Amino acid sequence: MQDWREDKTFFRATIALPVIWFMIFFVAPMAMVWAYSVGENVGPVEVAITGTFSNYAKAFSPEVLKVMWNSVWLALATTVICLVVAFPVALAMTFADEKQKTWLLLLIMLPFWTNLLIRTYALIAVMRTSGVINSGLEGLHNLLGVFGMQMGVFEPLPLLYNKFAVVVGLVYVHLPFMVLPLYAALDRLDKSLIEASLDLGAGHLETIRRVIVPLAAPGIAAGLVITFIPALGAYLTPDLLGGPDDLMIASLIERQFKRANDWPFGAALSFILMYITLIFFAIRAFMERKGGKVGAH
Amino acid sequence: MARKIARAPLDYLNMPAMKAWLAGVFIFLYTPLLILILFSFNDSKANVVWKGFTLKWYVKAFENTQLREALFNSLLIAGVCTVISIVLGALMAFAFWRFKFPFKGPLESGMNLPIVVPEICFGVAVLMFFAKIGFPNDLPYPFNLTQIILAHVTFAFPFVAIVVRARLESFNPELEAAALDLGASRYQAFRDVIVPHMKPGLIAGGLLAFTLSLDDFVITFFASGPGTITFPVKVYSMVRFSVTPEVNAASTIIILITVLATVLALRAQSATTKES
Repeated sequence: MQDWREDKTFFRATIALPVIWFMIFFVAPMAMVWAYSVGENVGPVEVAITGTFSNYAKAFSPEVLKVMWNSVWLALATTVICLVVAFPVALAMTFADEKQKTWLLLLIMLPFWTNLLIRTYALIAVMRTSGVINSGLEGLHNLLGVFGMQMGVFEPLPLLYNKFAVVVGLVYVHLPFMVLPLYAALDRLDKSLIEASLDLGAGHLETIRRVIVPLAAPGIAAGLVITFIPALGAYLTPDLLGGPDDLMIASLIERQFKRANDWPFGAALSFILMYITLIFFAIRAFMERKGGKVGAH
Repeated sequence: MARKIARAPLDYLNMPAMKAWLAGVFIFLYTPLLILILFSFNDSKANVVWKGFTLKWYVKAFENTQLREALFNSLLIAGVCTVISIVLGALMAFAFWRFKFPFKGPLESGMNLPIVVPEICFGVAVLMFFAKIGFPNDLPYPFNLTQIILAHVTFAFPFVAIVVRARLESFNPELEAAALDLGASRYQAFRDVIVPHMKPGLIAGGLLAFTLSLDDFVITFFASGPGTITFPVKVYSMVRFSVTPEVNAASTIIILITVLATVLALRAQSATTKES
């Protein structure tokens, strides 16, 4: 690594474009939103930046708090389910041979690269009232009826347009976010420690609980954050799979901009989501540094 | 019992329970997509019962001018976004890899923010930004896609930078020193020694930018002016009304493109790790 002063022109030539782009198209728009979040509507299209906190205060009204609570709850449920589902997958990947690893990684990543909208649409087609699951169940139901069982009229399961659908959709979309950091953490573990634990008579579950999980804690924390944050801010999944009562923060933000036309309030909501994101990532960075120090001892 | 001994203690992949778990996970991940693809060939509008093979939904999807335009727009946006992202990402990766400078840490964290910021926040910011600076909304085609491209590049190029940076870690600085000793200028050494080394990273990062752009709905939804339609935005409006095999057909085409791009990207990336 070279000090920038040794070759100022070359340094400037390489860093200038990305930094300028970042400043114009990321920092400036974000700063605008932040300014609006402390502004007030003074006309149909005019907003005065008055430094008010009333938009943030509005976010603590009961209706909005309900949506926030909904979002946090749904995102938390998603994160926990993802952790439970992904942990064995990551564990299996860690101890697979190279070729199997590549394949497993590819199989996990492939849906992740597929268009989010297409995946959500695919879920709708499977879960709707006349979708594959319900038709299958109906077929089973009728078949049992043929064999003389008293089954009554088939009631399709209400799989879509409720909180269940939103959580299924969010898990479906965010599972790779959990698998990858878990795998990265488990893969770095000193495998002899696990062997030692097994040799010394601990069972597999006890080894997982008392050796693997504590050692992989930073990776687990990373997975939790990386899954929770996008799940919390998800727009498409709750919008398409949820019912009218399953609004999440993102839909509420979208409404302020596209329908309600209350930009300052939308900006404040957007920045609440930003603050939550930044706090989580700061905590993670802090834990990682601490974890690194412990490892160095 | 004999089988249990044959398995090494850490060979979790060969545990029956683990196999069942993995199978369950992959069934969950792939069934909806496979059913979607299967029913794009189904000779029935109902999308539930298999009535025989047909390609008519593909013909219909291609005859749907709006859908075709949307698909073309998305590919065009993704293509331009990829080229710009590669340039910006490579420059960023190189500068951060090579130079020590004041405020490097904070700047690097800041420039990675577009990766972690929730899409909705950035989408809203872009909407506001273009409205406030009075960005012309009525440019002739294809320039009316400019806003979307600018927004996509902003969140895509930090991803490219990460991939390229990883590739640069395996660069042997002596090669550059040798080039300089042999009389190359800084820029010649950059162009002829460092950039060729970056190449697999550039390809992998570029394909990543391509899929990210093609995949994006939320930011496009906010950045697009009236009258500009991209594929995800079009599918979104179609899905809101009904589930039709036409959407299945169009989706299958996109899935194919993505799978192809992913396979190519992984190939480029595995070339990276093999050499290092």
